[in-house]
Amino acid sequence: MTVISSNPDRESLTMTIVCEFDAGIDRIWQLWEDPRQLEQWWGPPTWPATFEQHDFEVGGESKYYMTGPEGERAGGWWRMTAIDGPSRLEFEDGFSDEEGRPSEEMPTMKMTVTLAEDGGKTRMTVLTRFAALDQLEQVLEMGMEEGMKQALSQIDALL
Amino acid sequence: MSDVEADLVFHALADRTRRDIMGKVGEREHSISSLARQYEISFAAVQKHVAVLERASLVTKRVRGREKLVGGNAETLRRASRLLARYEQVWRHRDDAITRLLNERDERTES
Repeated sequence: MTVISSNPDRESLTMTIVCEFDAGIDRIWQLWEDPRQLEQWWGPPTWPATFEQHDFEVGGESKYYMTGPEGERAGGWWRMTAIDGPSRLEFEDGFSDEEGRPSEEMPTMKMTVTLAEDGGKTRMTVLTRFAALDQLEQVLEMGMEEGMKQALSQIDALL
Repeated sequence: MSDVEADLVFHALADRTRRDIMGKVGEREHSISSLARQYEISFAAVQKHVAVLERASLVTKRVRGREKLVGGNAETLRRASRLLARYEQVWRHRDDAITRLLNERDERTES
């Protein structure tokens, strides 16, 4: 487990996750820049992601879908709002309909990723901003939690 | 939490004033008139906010003398925290996947 801190804030509707990897900053930046690497970790364990488009530049858009265990698909898109490699990336993350078009009524999250290298290790901070709490619920409903029922029941037992 | 319950909770918490009321009544009970004074909004407006929170089972009301006191419902707040914990879990899985990916590449480079 590489997560070193997490800070859910119910008042500002944000989640901040800080994790550390045993790799240099350029290596971690590639994980975001290269769609073939991105799709190996973005989707939940049983919902692998496939990136059909990944325009990694400010104003650029990405299109992806995640494939569930029964073959069902959940589509998503990104819009890059700031790129300052290899240390900072900001984008909006939303859901798409069955034809891959951005869904108007579905929630959009604002993501800010910052990377910092120290002594050969890279610390990655991911800040997710929800505009309203009901977004969060929809995120979790979109198949995101299908592969983690066991982990969830463990969390529920703790709370 | 059923879908209907979740809809009620997230609708209730999507409003800044209602979230603020939740913070206040979570610490101790407040009467509706004292809440109205603190927000400089009408008694009727506070009553409406409290009614939305009450439908979502986020607060409970009880009568003391001539006043109605509003208090937080800790159980429902815990349920909301649980959803944030689930989102955290999404990221823990991603970080695990990244770690595996980095290790695989290391091995390939070495061999």
